[in-house]
Amino acid sequence: MKKIKILTIDSSPHIRSGASVDTIMRHVVYALLPVAAFAIYSFGLAAIAVLLTAVLSCVVTEHVLAKKFQQTSTVGDWSATITGLLYGLTLPAGLPLWMVFIGGVIGLSLGKFLFGGLGCNVFNPALVARAFLQAAFPTSLTTWLPAFADDRFTTLPSSTLTLPFLKPVYDGMSGATPLAAMKFNGQATDITDLLLGLTGGSLGETCSVIILLGGIYLIARNMMNWRIPIGIFISVIMLSAFFHWLEPDKYAGPLFMLFSGGLMLGAIFMATDMVASPITNLGCFIYGLLMGVLIVVIRYWSGLPEGVMYAILFMNAVSPHIDHFIQPVVFGKIAGAQKAKQEN
Amino acid sequence: MPSYHVKSFLRGIHLEDYKDETSRLPIQRFPFAPLLILPLKQNAGRAPKPIVRQGQEVARGQKIAEPDGEFSVALHAPESGVIKKIDLVPTISGQMEPGIYLQSYPGSTQEVLEGQPCDWQTATPEQIVNAIQEAGIVGLGGAAFPTHAKLIPPKNEPVDTLIINGAECEPYLTTDHRVMLEQTIDIMLGIRYLLKATGAGKAVIGVESNKPDAYAALCDAAKQEQNVVVEEVNAKYPQGAAKILIKALTGRETPSGAHTSAIGVIVCNIATTAEIGRLLPHGRGILERVITVGGPAINNKGNYRIPIGTPLRFVLETAGVTNSLSRVFLGGPMMGNAAPNLDISITKGVSGVIAFTEQEIPRTDKVYPCIHCGYCVDVCPLGLNPSMLGLLANVKQYQEMAEGYHLKDCFECGACSFVCPSHISLVQQFRVAKSMLKKLKAVQVEQSKDNNNQQHHKQSAA
Repeated sequence: MKKIKILTIDSSPHIRSGASVDTIMRHVVYALLPVAAFAIYSFGLAAIAVLLTAVLSCVVTEHVLAKKFQQTSTVGDWSATITGLLYGLTLPAGLPLWMVFIGGVIGLSLGKFLFGGLGCNVFNPALVARAFLQAAFPTSLTTWLPAFADDRFTTLPSSTLTLPFLKPVYDGMSGATPLAAMKFNGQATDITDLLLGLTGGSLGETCSVIILLGGIYLIARNMMNWRIPIGIFISVIMLSAFFHWLEPDKYAGPLFMLFSGGLMLGAIFMATDMVASPITNLGCFIYGLLMGVLIVVIRYWSGLPEGVMYAILFMNAVSPHIDHFIQPVVFGKIAGAQKAKQEN
Repeated sequence: MPSYHVKSFLRGIHLEDYKDETSRLPIQRFPFAPLLILPLKQNAGRAPKPIVRQGQEVARGQKIAEPDGEFSVALHAPESGVIKKIDLVPTISGQMEPGIYLQSYPGSTQEVLEGQPCDWQTATPEQIVNAIQEAGIVGLGGAAFPTHAKLIPPKNEPVDTLIINGAECEPYLTTDHRVMLEQTIDIMLGIRYLLKATGAGKAVIGVESNKPDAYAALCDAAKQEQNVVVEEVNAKYPQGAAKILIKALTGRETPSGAHTSAIGVIVCNIATTAEIGRLLPHGRGILERVITVGGPAINNKGNYRIPIGTPLRFVLETAGVTNSLSRVFLGGPMMGNAAPNLDISITKGVSGVIAFTEQEIPRTDKVYPCIHCGYCVDVCPLGLNPSMLGLLANVKQYQEMAEGYHLKDCFECGACSFVCPSHISLVQQFRVAKSMLKKLKAVQVEQSKDNNNQQHHKQSAA
């Protein structure tokens, strides 16, 4: 008994589940790695260059800003790595690296740090970065390199290493994405190609199967609220099935809507960003449903072929209001109200 | 009658319970400590008044403090000995409070001095309530609320159901489990007393499904009784919280801010019930209680009947601890209190002495900002929004916490802090907020009094 050191005192509960923010974030990165691997497989060196630059720009920005304003670096929580990876996966291969870098800096600083860092951002920083690029460099963001080019592992596209602030020059033919082909040419793509990622598009959005597997991994570990993607799927399927039934030539069918473009990547990995989504399960489901409606509306009736990014950003802004209205039912409140009524 | 549909409640958490370490060990007697430290205030409410003086010899079982009003219970000498001092004693809160030091006679036979017996068949409800108060009985589950005080519900709220709480949902604790196995007869007798005192028509015993042997033993014993039902409830934390257990067993929801008697139910802990059945027929007082001494840092884990007032140091020395002992909790690890030092003593409300070394507890030094993961909302048994409450506590919006987010309903079960991946001490923040609200209210009352006085003065001056 003589050896007893000073007792540690703390407030109850004295035991913890062991869950940790950095563990959650790390597992999201694990779930994203196969997606990134497939991006590299289908787009080659260009994909490696864009992904590395995206992650690097986000992590460096986070490190510098955190050192400057919060004294300690917060890179260790892995959230900047996720932002960088997600951001990179939404970009087309062959995008000039200087654009990628600027986008990452903007996303992290304006999308995250301006609001107060981890946990305080209203918008998903990866999508803020992409939205900035979409507005600043619309042509580069919609110029798609064809997937599975023969020389993809030997040569970088000429546009990748464009000097900063110069207009990129694209060589060769550019491939249209399934969504653009549908919107502007009325051309549908085979669903199997969409599922297996044999089409063109942004780096990470092509192969729906791998994205879905990553989502299942996270759901199994209770690190993602499955009600958000399910909500999105339900409203997208119902709306597109209805309009496809009305005018099959004008409106794409539900399967095409689900598996084309950034819907899978957005629904599984971006809409489910814990910070920017509602806190209750019911709120999450409503959030997903509304987001699905927005996606369909933008894809069908706006000038853009793709609407996932804007739908998510818009719903990010709505999320706090959903939280305001959708609160869990407090134990005893209904019974209390009934009792008060009886007494009156 | 065994029921196959296990009753449960919404949300909550499944905990690793570590009960196997001690649940098979029978209750053992604990040796008498040479010096007992007895804080007077061992119950919620008012402390009893000492009726002995320094240097007086007392017999084991003799009453040494008398209840001071309605919300107070008697205190008895747990050992034969001499009153060494009536002075301030160290308590779990870290503050010194009035108490009695009792030095035991080493050679004494420790025969128990008995008082007025109370027979359940002949006694009136008032006499039973009185006897419970005189026996010094409080809720042994941890809250230490005077048992007699809740047996007298308001006149307009008749009680139809008595619920006996045998859930014991805290990890490590197995005292109730052992009591259910070894004191089944006492429990049934205790229920008779309680049914008569409250006028309730039936008693329901709720036992968590992780104690099938206790459930079977109670079912067997209940066959002899006319109006006792034993029910299995899901082994989920915090199943043992009174309002949660009522909801699981009867489907009735206690209105927020009301007592359980508002819905015709009174809840009594099973160990308390057993003590009533054991003590009242002999007119004895509470002298000792069953305590689980366990946790990774204890060498001889077990369930011990430990005299009230035994110093914590004596308990740990007798049971043996490893050298790397770093934390001691009185009660379970979820809702128990951390002992500030080893000089404090066992009181009536202590259900466990759980000791940890430095290694078992994941270090939670690194606190991240809230990331709205919603884990806390998913587990809060009351449907509160701990995340929002925590964010409001950060900016000291205590009024908003109480009015907009129902802070006062929180009973600090700790499920939210347990699951929080950001390691935010939510419950601690809530406690601070509650005490700040209390202070603010006191200040407001004070100010309004002052205002009234000033107006009064002005009026009288005019």
